[in-house]
Amino acid sequence: MEFLSDLQAQFSTAYELLAAGWGVQLLWGIAWTLAVTMVSMLIGAMLGSLVAAAKLSPRGGLRFIGESYTTVFRGEPELLIIYLFYYGGTQVLTGVARSTGSIGSTDILNMPSFLGGVLAVGIISGAYQAEVFRGSFLAIHRGELEAARAYGMSAFQRFRLVIMPQVLRLAVPGLGNVWQLTIKDSALISVTGVAELMLTANKAARSTHHSLLFYTVAGILYLVMTSVSTPIFEKAERYTSRSFTRPK
Amino acid sequence: MSANVAAAAKAAPSPEDKSAISVRDMRKCFGDHEVLKGISLEAHKGDVISILGSSGSGKSTMLRCINLLETPDSGEVRVDGELIRMKQARDGRQMPADIRQVERIRANLAMVFQSFNLWSHMTVLENLVAAPTHVLKRPRAECLEQAEALLKRVGIWERRNYYPPHMSGGQQQRAAIARALAMNPKVMLFDEPTSALDPELVGEVLRVMRSLAEEGRTMLVVTHEMGFARDVSSKVMFLHKGEVDSVGEPKEMFAKPPTPQFKQFIANFNK
Repeated sequence: MEFLSDLQAQFSTAYELLAAGWGVQLLWGIAWTLAVTMVSMLIGAMLGSLVAAAKLSPRGGLRFIGESYTTVFRGEPELLIIYLFYYGGTQVLTGVARSTGSIGSTDILNMPSFLGGVLAVGIISGAYQAEVFRGSFLAIHRGELEAARAYGMSAFQRFRLVIMPQVLRLAVPGLGNVWQLTIKDSALISVTGVAELMLTANKAARSTHHSLLFYTVAGILYLVMTSVSTPIFEKAERYTSRSFTRPK
Repeated sequence: MSANVAAAAKAAPSPEDKSAISVRDMRKCFGDHEVLKGISLEAHKGDVISILGSSGSGKSTMLRCINLLETPDSGEVRVDGELIRMKQARDGRQMPADIRQVERIRANLAMVFQSFNLWSHMTVLENLVAAPTHVLKRPRAECLEQAEALLKRVGIWERRNYYPPHMSGGQQQRAAIARALAMNPKVMLFDEPTSALDPELVGEVLRVMRSLAEEGRTMLVVTHEMGFARDVSSKVMFLHKGEVDSVGEPKEMFAKPPTPQFKQFIANFNK
Protein backbone atom coordinates (compact mmCIF):
# COMPACT_ATOMS: atom_id res chain seq x y z
CA MET A 1 0.00 0.00 0.00
CA GLU A 2 2.85 2.27 0.84
CA PHE A 3 4.30 1.56 -2.61
CA LEU A 4 1.07 2.62 -4.27
CA SER A 5 0.79 5.86 -2.41
CA ASP A 6 4.44 6.50 -3.23
CA LEU A 7 3.70 5.97 -6.91
CA GLN A 8 0.75 8.30 -6.63
CA ALA A 9 3.00 10.92 -5.09
CA GLN A 10 5.49 10.44 -7.92
CA PHE A 11 2.77 11.00 -10.49
CA SER A 12 1.49 14.11 -8.83
CA THR A 13 5.03 15.52 -8.66
CA ALA A 14 5.49 14.70 -12.33
CA TYR A 15 2.22 16.41 -13.14
CA GLU A 16 3.16 19.46 -11.07
CA LEU A 17 6.58 19.73 -12.73
CA LEU A 18 5.18 19.36 -16.25
CA ALA A 19 2.35 21.80 -15.52
CA ALA A 20 4.77 24.26 -13.96
CA GLY A 21 6.22 24.99 -17.38
CA TRP A 22 8.49 22.07 -18.17
CA GLY A 23 5.70 20.53 -20.22
CA VAL A 24 5.49 23.57 -22.49
CA GLN A 25 9.28 23.65 -22.73
CA LEU A 26 9.33 20.02 -23.82
CA LEU A 27 6.73 20.81 -26.49
CA TRP A 28 9.00 23.58 -27.74
CA GLY A 29 11.80 21.04 -27.67
CA ILE A 30 9.79 18.82 -30.00
CA ALA A 31 9.21 21.74 -32.33
CA TRP A 32 12.93 22.50 -32.46
CA THR A 33 13.80 18.83 -32.95
CA LEU A 34 11.41 18.64 -35.90
CA ALA A 35 12.78 21.91 -37.31
CA VAL A 36 16.38 20.69 -37.02
CA THR A 37 15.45 17.35 -38.60
CA MET A 38 13.55 18.88 -41.50
CA VAL A 39 16.18 21.48 -42.34
CA SER A 40 18.90 18.82 -42.05
CA MET A 41 16.94 16.48 -44.32
CA LEU A 42 16.63 19.25 -46.91
CA ILE A 43 20.33 20.10 -46.75
CA GLY A 44 21.01 16.37 -46.93
CA ALA A 45 18.71 15.93 -49.93
CA MET A 46 20.55 18.62 -51.87
CA LEU A 47 24.00 17.36 -50.95
CA GLY A 48 22.90 13.75 -51.29
CA SER A 49 21.64 14.15 -54.85
CA LEU A 50 24.83 15.96 -55.89
CA VAL A 51 26.98 13.29 -54.26
CA ALA A 52 24.92 10.50 -55.84
CA ALA A 53 25.35 12.15 -59.24
CA ALA A 54 29.10 12.41 -58.61
CA LYS A 55 29.29 8.74 -57.63
CA LEU A 56 27.45 7.76 -60.82
CA SER A 57 29.56 10.02 -63.02
CA PRO A 58 31.73 8.52 -65.73
CA ARG A 59 34.51 10.88 -64.62
CA GLY A 60 36.99 9.33 -62.22
CA GLY A 61 37.67 12.57 -60.35
CA LEU A 62 34.01 13.17 -59.54
CA ARG A 63 33.49 9.55 -58.52
CA PHE A 64 36.45 9.87 -56.15
CA ILE A 65 34.97 12.97 -54.52
CA GLY A 66 31.59 11.25 -54.12
CA GLU A 67 33.12 8.08 -52.70
CA SER A 68 35.25 10.07 -50.25
CA TYR A 69 32.24 12.03 -49.05
CA THR A 70 30.13 8.99 -48.23
CA THR A 71 33.09 7.12 -46.74
CA VAL A 72 34.09 9.98 -44.45
CA PHE A 73 30.69 11.13 -43.26
CA ARG A 74 29.29 7.66 -42.71
CA GLY A 75 32.52 6.47 -41.12
CA GLU A 76 33.04 9.21 -38.52
CA PRO A 77 31.13 9.47 -35.26
CA GLU A 78 28.30 11.99 -35.64
CA LEU A 79 29.33 13.80 -32.46
CA LEU A 80 32.81 14.43 -33.84
CA ILE A 81 31.39 16.01 -37.00
CA ILE A 82 29.12 18.22 -34.90
CA TYR A 83 32.02 19.38 -32.68
CA LEU A 84 34.10 19.95 -35.77
CA PHE A 85 31.46 22.16 -37.35
CA TYR A 86 30.45 24.02 -34.22
CA TYR A 87 33.74 24.59 -32.41
CA GLY A 88 35.84 24.42 -35.57
CA GLY A 89 33.42 26.81 -37.25
CA THR A 90 33.63 29.19 -34.31
CA GLN A 91 37.42 29.14 -34.50
CA VAL A 92 37.43 29.86 -38.23
CA LEU A 93 34.78 32.62 -37.94
CA THR A 94 36.64 34.25 -35.04
CA GLY A 95 39.95 34.09 -36.90
CA VAL A 96 38.46 35.68 -40.00
CA ALA A 97 36.58 38.37 -38.04
CA ARG A 98 39.67 39.26 -35.97
CA SER A 99 41.93 39.54 -39.00
CA THR A 100 39.46 41.81 -40.80
CA GLY A 101 39.10 43.85 -37.63
CA SER A 102 35.34 43.46 -37.38
CA ILE A 103 35.71 42.24 -33.76
CA GLY A 104 38.31 42.99 -31.11
CA SER A 105 41.41 40.78 -30.74
CA THR A 106 40.02 39.07 -27.64
CA ASP A 107 36.41 38.78 -28.79
CA ILE A 108 34.93 35.53 -30.04
CA LEU A 109 32.51 35.15 -32.93
CA ASN A 110 30.40 32.08 -32.23
CA MET A 111 29.15 29.80 -34.92
CA PRO A 112 25.35 30.24 -34.76
CA SER A 113 24.27 27.06 -32.96
CA PHE A 114 21.27 26.22 -35.14
CA LEU A 115 23.25 26.78 -38.32
CA GLY A 116 26.28 24.80 -37.15
CA GLY A 117 24.03 21.99 -35.96
CA VAL A 118 21.88 21.60 -39.05
CA LEU A 119 24.93 21.85 -41.32
CA ALA A 120 26.63 19.02 -39.45
CA VAL A 121 23.54 16.81 -39.26
CA GLY A 122 22.59 17.71 -42.84
CA ILE A 123 26.00 16.69 -44.14
CA ILE A 124 25.77 13.35 -42.35
CA SER A 125 22.20 12.85 -43.56
CA GLY A 126 23.42 13.70 -47.07
CA ALA A 127 25.92 10.85 -46.98
CA TYR A 128 23.14 8.36 -46.25
CA GLN A 129 20.72 9.97 -48.72
CA ALA A 130 23.38 9.81 -51.44
CA GLU A 131 23.44 6.04 -51.09
CA VAL A 132 19.63 5.90 -51.23
CA PHE A 133 19.50 8.06 -54.38
CA ARG A 134 22.29 6.14 -56.06
CA GLY A 135 20.58 2.81 -55.40
CA SER A 136 17.27 4.19 -56.68
CA PHE A 137 18.85 5.45 -59.88
CA LEU A 138 20.48 2.09 -60.51
CA ALA A 139 17.11 0.39 -60.01
CA ILE A 140 15.49 2.30 -62.90
CA HIS A 141 14.91 0.00 -65.85
CA ARG A 142 17.68 0.91 -68.35
CA GLY A 143 15.32 0.49 -71.29
CA GLU A 144 13.18 3.38 -70.06
CA LEU A 145 16.18 5.70 -70.10
CA GLU A 146 17.03 4.44 -73.56
CA ALA A 147 13.48 5.11 -74.74
CA ALA A 148 13.78 8.66 -73.42
CA ARG A 149 16.92 9.15 -75.51
CA ALA A 150 15.37 7.49 -78.53
CA TYR A 151 12.43 9.92 -78.42
CA GLY A 152 14.70 12.92 -78.61
CA MET A 153 14.55 14.06 -74.99
CA SER A 154 17.42 16.31 -73.91
CA ALA A 155 19.49 15.40 -70.87
CA PHE A 156 17.45 17.80 -68.76
CA GLN A 157 14.12 16.44 -70.01
CA ARG A 158 15.27 12.87 -69.32
CA PHE A 159 16.18 13.91 -65.80
CA ARG A 160 12.94 15.75 -65.13
CA LEU A 161 10.46 13.45 -66.85
CA VAL A 162 11.93 9.99 -66.37
CA ILE A 163 14.79 9.88 -63.88
CA MET A 164 13.59 12.16 -61.08
CA PRO A 165 10.05 10.80 -60.68
CA GLN A 166 11.36 7.26 -60.59
CA VAL A 167 14.26 8.00 -58.25
CA LEU A 168 11.83 9.66 -55.84
CA ARG A 169 9.46 6.71 -56.02
CA LEU A 170 12.22 4.19 -55.38
CA ALA A 171 13.84 6.36 -52.71
CA VAL A 172 10.84 6.76 -50.41
CA PRO A 173 11.43 3.64 -48.25
CA GLY A 174 15.15 4.44 -47.93
CA LEU A 175 14.42 8.08 -47.10
CA GLY A 176 12.12 6.90 -44.31
CA ASN A 177 15.10 5.20 -42.75
CA VAL A 178 17.31 8.26 -43.14
CA TRP A 179 14.57 10.40 -41.57
CA GLN A 180 14.64 8.20 -38.46
CA LEU A 181 18.43 8.37 -38.31
CA THR A 182 18.29 12.13 -38.69
CA ILE A 183 15.72 12.54 -35.89
CA LYS A 184 18.10 10.66 -33.62
CA ASP A 185 21.15 12.60 -34.82
CA SER A 186 19.31 15.82 -34.06
CA ALA A 187 19.57 14.93 -30.35
CA LEU A 188 23.34 15.25 -30.63
CA ILE A 189 23.21 18.89 -31.56
CA SER A 190 22.02 19.65 -28.03
CA VAL A 191 25.78 20.07 -27.45
CA THR A 192 25.72 23.24 -29.53
CA GLY A 193 22.97 24.74 -27.38
CA VAL A 194 19.95 24.44 -29.64
CA ALA A 195 16.98 24.04 -27.29
CA GLU A 196 15.66 20.92 -28.96
CA LEU A 197 14.07 18.05 -27.05
CA MET A 198 17.28 16.47 -25.75
CA LEU A 199 18.71 19.70 -24.36
CA THR A 200 15.38 20.63 -22.80
CA ALA A 201 15.06 17.24 -21.12
CA ASN A 202 18.64 17.60 -19.90
CA LYS A 203 17.97 21.02 -18.45
CA ALA A 204 14.78 19.87 -16.77
CA ALA A 205 16.44 16.77 -15.33
CA ARG A 206 19.35 18.72 -13.90
CA SER A 207 17.45 21.60 -12.42
CA THR A 208 14.68 19.47 -10.85
CA HIS A 209 16.77 16.35 -10.04
CA HIS A 210 14.05 14.23 -11.62
CA SER A 211 16.24 12.53 -14.22
CA LEU A 212 14.18 9.38 -14.41
CA LEU A 213 11.02 11.32 -15.11
CA PHE A 214 12.32 13.70 -17.76
CA TYR A 215 14.48 11.24 -19.67
CA THR A 216 11.57 8.79 -19.75
CA VAL A 217 9.20 11.47 -21.01
CA ALA A 218 11.74 12.58 -23.65
CA GLY A 219 12.28 8.95 -24.65
CA ILE A 220 8.55 8.47 -25.15
CA LEU A 221 8.34 11.68 -27.18
CA TYR A 222 11.19 10.56 -29.50
CA LEU A 223 9.44 7.23 -29.94
CA VAL A 224 6.20 9.01 -30.82
CA MET A 225 7.99 11.11 -33.43
CA THR A 226 9.75 8.18 -35.06
CA SER A 227 6.73 5.91 -35.01
CA VAL A 228 4.31 8.56 -36.29
CA SER A 229 6.61 9.07 -39.28
CA THR A 230 6.53 5.39 -40.22
CA PRO A 231 2.89 5.28 -41.41
CA ILE A 232 3.40 8.62 -43.17
CA PHE A 233 6.27 7.18 -45.19
CA GLU A 234 4.30 4.00 -45.81
CA LYS A 235 1.47 6.05 -47.22
CA ALA A 236 3.90 8.00 -49.39
CA GLU A 237 5.38 4.71 -50.58
CA ARG A 238 1.97 3.37 -51.53
CA TYR A 239 1.22 6.54 -53.45
CA THR A 240 4.52 6.74 -55.33
CA SER A 241 4.57 3.05 -56.22
CA ARG A 242 0.96 2.99 -57.41
CA SER A 243 2.02 2.08 -60.93
CA PHE A 244 3.62 -1.12 -59.64
CA THR A 245 0.92 -2.46 -57.41
CA ARG A 246 -2.24 -3.81 -58.95
CA PRO A 247 -5.23 -1.51 -58.62
CA LYS A 248 -7.77 -2.93 -56.20
CA MET B 1 24.95 31.25 -85.34
CA SER B 2 24.26 27.61 -84.56
CA ALA B 3 20.62 28.19 -85.52
CA ASN B 4 21.80 29.29 -88.98
CA VAL B 5 23.91 26.19 -89.37
CA ALA B 6 20.95 24.02 -88.36
CA ALA B 7 18.67 25.84 -90.79
CA ALA B 8 21.18 25.40 -93.61
CA ALA B 9 21.50 21.70 -92.87
CA LYS B 10 17.73 21.38 -92.88
CA ALA B 11 17.36 23.15 -96.20
CA ALA B 12 20.00 20.98 -97.89
CA PRO B 13 17.95 18.02 -99.16
CA SER B 14 16.09 18.65 -102.37
CA PRO B 15 12.32 18.05 -102.27
CA GLU B 16 12.42 15.33 -104.94
CA ASP B 17 14.86 13.30 -102.85
CA LYS B 18 12.96 10.13 -101.96
CA SER B 19 15.56 8.79 -99.53
CA ALA B 20 14.25 8.33 -96.01
CA ILE B 21 17.32 6.70 -94.52
CA SER B 22 20.66 6.20 -96.10
CA VAL B 23 23.47 4.39 -94.33
CA ARG B 24 26.89 4.20 -95.89
CA ASP B 25 29.71 1.92 -94.82
CA MET B 26 28.74 1.73 -91.17
CA ARG B 27 31.24 0.03 -88.88
CA LYS B 28 31.03 -0.73 -85.20
CA CYS B 29 33.24 -2.67 -82.81
CA PHE B 30 32.52 -3.75 -79.27
CA GLY B 31 36.02 -4.17 -77.87
CA ASP B 32 37.86 -6.50 -80.25
CA HIS B 33 34.68 -7.83 -81.76
CA GLU B 34 33.69 -6.18 -85.02
CA VAL B 35 29.89 -6.30 -85.06
CA LEU B 36 29.28 -4.24 -88.19
CA LYS B 37 31.79 -4.56 -91.02
CA GLY B 38 30.73 -1.81 -93.38
CA ILE B 39 26.97 -1.90 -93.76
CA SER B 40 25.09 0.17 -96.31
CA LEU B 41 21.36 0.56 -96.53
CA GLU B 42 19.00 2.64 -98.60
CA ALA B 43 15.41 3.11 -97.45
CA HIS B 44 13.03 5.13 -99.59
CA LYS B 45 9.89 6.75 -98.33
CA GLY B 46 7.18 4.12 -97.95
CA ASP B 47 9.64 1.23 -97.81
CA VAL B 48 9.08 -1.49 -95.27
CA ILE B 49 12.43 -3.20 -94.88
CA SER B 50 12.70 -6.38 -92.87
CA ILE B 51 16.17 -6.90 -91.51
CA LEU B 52 16.87 -10.55 -90.89
CA GLY B 53 19.84 -12.40 -89.49
CA SER B 54 20.75 -14.87 -86.84
CA SER B 55 21.57 -13.54 -83.40
CA GLY B 56 24.93 -11.79 -83.35
CA SER B 57 24.65 -10.84 -87.01
CA GLY B 58 24.57 -7.15 -86.06
CA LYS B 59 20.99 -6.35 -87.07
CA SER B 60 19.94 -4.72 -83.78
CA THR B 61 23.24 -2.89 -83.51
CA MET B 62 22.73 -1.48 -86.99
CA LEU B 63 19.28 -0.19 -86.07
CA ARG B 64 20.60 1.34 -82.84
CA CYS B 65 23.42 3.02 -84.74
CA ILE B 66 20.91 4.76 -87.00
CA ASN B 67 19.37 6.74 -84.12
CA LEU B 68 22.69 6.84 -82.31
CA LEU B 69 21.70 4.83 -79.28
CA GLU B 70 25.02 3.27 -80.21
CA THR B 71 27.66 5.44 -81.82
CA PRO B 72 29.02 3.90 -85.02
CA ASP B 73 32.82 3.90 -85.28
CA SER B 74 32.67 5.14 -88.85
CA GLY B 75 30.26 5.59 -91.71
CA GLU B 76 27.52 8.00 -92.66
CA VAL B 77 23.89 8.14 -91.67
CA ARG B 78 21.46 10.41 -93.49
CA VAL B 79 17.89 10.83 -92.40
CA ASP B 80 15.59 12.48 -94.91
CA GLY B 81 18.75 13.56 -96.74
CA GLU B 82 20.23 15.23 -93.67
CA LEU B 83 23.66 13.97 -92.67
CA ILE B 84 24.17 13.31 -88.96
CA ARG B 85 27.36 15.25 -88.32
CA MET B 86 30.06 13.44 -86.41
CA LYS B 87 33.36 14.57 -84.97
CA GLN B 88 36.41 12.90 -83.53
CA ALA B 89 36.49 12.62 -79.76
CA ARG B 90 39.79 12.93 -77.91
CA ASP B 91 40.16 9.15 -77.74
CA GLY B 92 39.93 9.02 -81.54
CA ARG B 93 36.42 7.58 -81.62
CA GLN B 94 33.53 9.20 -83.44
CA MET B 95 30.91 11.14 -81.54
CA PRO B 96 27.99 13.32 -82.58
CA ALA B 97 29.12 16.84 -83.42
CA ASP B 98 25.84 18.39 -82.38
CA ILE B 99 23.67 16.60 -79.82
CA ARG B 100 20.77 18.97 -80.62
CA GLN B 101 20.78 17.73 -84.19
CA VAL B 102 20.78 14.13 -82.95
CA GLU B 103 17.85 14.85 -80.61
CA ARG B 104 15.91 16.49 -83.42
CA ILE B 105 16.55 13.56 -85.75
CA ARG B 106 15.69 11.00 -83.08
CA ALA B 107 12.31 12.65 -82.68
CA ASN B 108 11.68 11.80 -86.36
CA LEU B 109 12.76 8.17 -85.92
CA ALA B 110 10.39 6.69 -83.39
CA MET B 111 11.66 3.40 -82.07
CA VAL B 112 9.76 0.37 -80.83
CA PHE B 113 11.80 -1.86 -78.55
CA GLN B 114 11.85 -5.57 -77.88
CA SER B 115 11.06 -5.03 -74.20
CA PHE B 116 8.56 -2.18 -74.87
CA ASN B 117 10.38 0.29 -72.57
CA LEU B 118 7.27 2.26 -71.74
CA TRP B 119 7.84 4.70 -68.90
CA SER B 120 6.51 2.72 -65.99
CA HIS B 121 5.63 5.69 -63.76
CA MET B 122 3.28 7.18 -66.37
CA THR B 123 -0.11 5.94 -67.48
CA VAL B 124 -0.44 4.77 -71.06
CA LEU B 125 -1.95 8.12 -72.05
CA GLU B 126 0.89 10.04 -70.37
CA ASN B 127 3.38 7.81 -72.18
CA LEU B 128 1.85 8.91 -75.46
CA VAL B 129 1.84 12.64 -74.78
CA ALA B 130 5.18 13.01 -72.93
CA ALA B 131 7.49 13.25 -75.92
CA PRO B 132 5.13 15.10 -78.29
CA THR B 133 4.48 17.84 -75.70
CA HIS B 134 8.01 18.15 -74.32
CA VAL B 135 10.19 17.29 -77.30
CA LEU B 136 8.03 18.50 -80.19
CA LYS B 137 6.43 21.28 -78.07
CA ARG B 138 2.98 20.59 -79.44
CA PRO B 139 -0.06 21.80 -77.48
CA ARG B 140 -1.11 19.28 -74.86
CA ALA B 141 -4.81 19.25 -75.77
CA GLU B 142 -4.00 18.38 -79.35
CA CYS B 143 -1.58 15.63 -78.21
CA LEU B 144 -4.18 14.14 -75.89
CA GLU B 145 -6.73 14.03 -78.65
CA GLN B 146 -4.30 12.33 -81.00
CA ALA B 147 -3.19 9.92 -78.26
CA GLU B 148 -6.76 8.78 -77.62
CA ALA B 149 -7.32 8.25 -81.33
CA LEU B 150 -4.11 6.22 -81.61
CA LEU B 151 -5.03 4.08 -78.62
CA LYS B 152 -8.39 3.36 -80.23
CA ARG B 153 -6.61 2.40 -83.39
CA VAL B 154 -4.33 -0.14 -81.66
CA GLY B 155 -7.29 -1.37 -79.64
CA ILE B 156 -6.31 -0.46 -76.07
CA TRP B 157 -8.22 2.76 -75.51
CA GLU B 158 -9.99 1.25 -72.46
CA ARG B 159 -6.54 0.84 -70.90
CA ARG B 160 -5.51 4.46 -71.39
CA ASN B 161 -5.33 5.15 -67.65
CA TYR B 162 -3.48 1.95 -66.80
CA TYR B 163 0.15 1.87 -65.84
CA PRO B 164 2.25 -0.27 -68.20
CA PRO B 165 3.17 -2.93 -65.60
CA HIS B 166 -0.54 -3.71 -65.25
CA MET B 167 -0.94 -4.75 -68.86
CA SER B 168 -0.06 -7.80 -70.92
CA GLY B 169 3.03 -7.79 -73.12
CA GLY B 170 0.94 -7.52 -76.27
CA GLN B 171 -0.96 -4.53 -74.88
CA GLN B 172 2.27 -2.88 -73.79
CA GLN B 173 3.80 -3.33 -77.21
CA ARG B 174 0.71 -1.91 -78.89
CA ALA B 175 0.91 1.05 -76.50
CA ALA B 176 4.58 1.43 -77.43
CA ILE B 177 3.68 1.46 -81.13
CA ALA B 178 1.05 4.10 -80.41
CA ARG B 179 3.69 6.10 -78.52
CA ALA B 180 5.89 5.92 -81.62
CA LEU B 181 3.02 7.01 -83.89
CA ALA B 182 2.26 9.97 -81.62
CA MET B 183 5.56 11.50 -82.74
CA ASN B 184 4.32 11.56 -86.37
CA PRO B 185 7.69 10.04 -87.24
CA LYS B 186 9.23 10.03 -90.70
CA VAL B 187 10.58 6.55 -90.13
CA MET B 188 9.70 3.90 -87.56
CA LEU B 189 12.39 1.62 -86.23
CA PHE B 190 11.28 -1.73 -84.83
CA ASP B 191 13.84 -3.68 -82.84
CA GLU B 192 12.53 -7.26 -82.61
CA PRO B 193 9.08 -6.03 -81.54
CA THR B 194 7.57 -9.49 -81.05
CA SER B 195 10.54 -11.41 -79.63
CA ALA B 196 9.65 -10.82 -75.99
CA LEU B 197 6.00 -11.75 -76.41
CA ASP B 198 4.21 -14.96 -75.58
CA PRO B 199 3.32 -16.73 -78.85
CA GLU B 200 -0.39 -16.06 -78.51
CA LEU B 201 0.24 -12.30 -78.21
CA VAL B 202 2.43 -11.98 -81.31
CA GLY B 203 -0.53 -11.83 -83.69
CA GLU B 204 -2.12 -8.70 -82.20
CA VAL B 205 1.16 -6.78 -82.56
CA LEU B 206 1.83 -8.02 -86.08
CA ARG B 207 -1.68 -6.98 -87.13
CA VAL B 208 -0.98 -3.42 -86.04
CA MET B 209 2.38 -3.41 -87.82
CA ARG B 210 0.80 -4.76 -90.98
CA SER B 211 -1.80 -1.99 -90.98
CA LEU B 212 1.00 0.58 -90.63
CA ALA B 213 2.81 -0.93 -93.58
CA GLU B 214 -0.37 -0.82 -95.62
CA GLU B 215 -0.86 2.89 -95.01
CA GLY B 216 2.56 3.56 -96.51
CA ARG B 217 4.69 4.21 -93.43
CA THR B 218 8.43 3.92 -93.76
CA MET B 219 9.57 1.15 -91.46
CA LEU B 220 12.80 -0.65 -90.66
CA VAL B 221 11.93 -3.87 -88.88
CA VAL B 222 14.49 -6.10 -87.24
CA THR B 223 12.56 -9.32 -86.83
CA HIS B 224 12.45 -13.08 -86.69
CA GLU B 225 8.91 -13.16 -88.08
CA MET B 226 9.43 -14.77 -91.47
CA GLY B 227 5.79 -14.40 -92.37
CA PHE B 228 5.92 -10.65 -91.84
CA ALA B 229 9.19 -10.38 -93.80
CA ARG B 230 7.83 -12.37 -96.73
CA ASP B 231 4.29 -11.06 -96.93
CA VAL B 232 4.36 -7.51 -95.62
CA SER B 233 7.74 -5.96 -96.28
CA SER B 234 8.77 -4.38 -99.54
CA LYS B 235 12.39 -5.33 -99.13
CA VAL B 236 14.32 -7.92 -97.18
CA MET B 237 17.86 -7.42 -95.99
CA PHE B 238 19.80 -10.37 -94.64
CA LEU B 239 22.80 -9.71 -92.43
CA HIS B 240 25.42 -12.35 -91.83
CA LYS B 241 28.39 -11.88 -89.50
CA GLY B 242 28.23 -8.08 -89.62
CA GLU B 243 27.89 -7.80 -93.37
CA VAL B 244 25.00 -7.42 -95.78
CA ASP B 245 24.71 -10.89 -97.23
CA SER B 246 21.79 -10.21 -99.52
CA VAL B 247 19.07 -7.68 -100.22
CA GLY B 248 16.07 -8.10 -102.38
CA GLU B 249 12.38 -8.28 -103.07
CA PRO B 250 10.87 -10.65 -100.46
CA LYS B 251 8.94 -13.01 -102.76
CA GLU B 252 12.05 -13.60 -104.87
CA MET B 253 14.38 -13.90 -101.89
CA PHE B 254 12.23 -16.53 -100.25
CA ALA B 255 11.44 -18.40 -103.48
CA LYS B 256 15.01 -18.42 -104.70
CA PRO B 257 17.49 -17.71 -101.87
CA PRO B 258 20.37 -15.79 -103.48
CA THR B 259 23.07 -17.08 -101.14
CA PRO B 260 23.74 -20.35 -99.32
CA GLN B 261 23.72 -18.47 -96.00
CA PHE B 262 20.23 -17.12 -96.54
CA LYS B 263 19.03 -20.51 -97.77
CA GLN B 264 20.41 -22.07 -94.59
CA PHE B 265 18.83 -19.33 -92.49
CA ILE B 266 15.29 -19.75 -93.80
CA ALA B 267 15.66 -23.52 -93.79
CA ASN B 268 16.16 -23.34 -90.03
CA PHE B 269 12.90 -21.44 -89.70
CA ASN B 270 10.90 -23.76 -91.94
CA LYS B 271 11.81 -26.81 -89.89
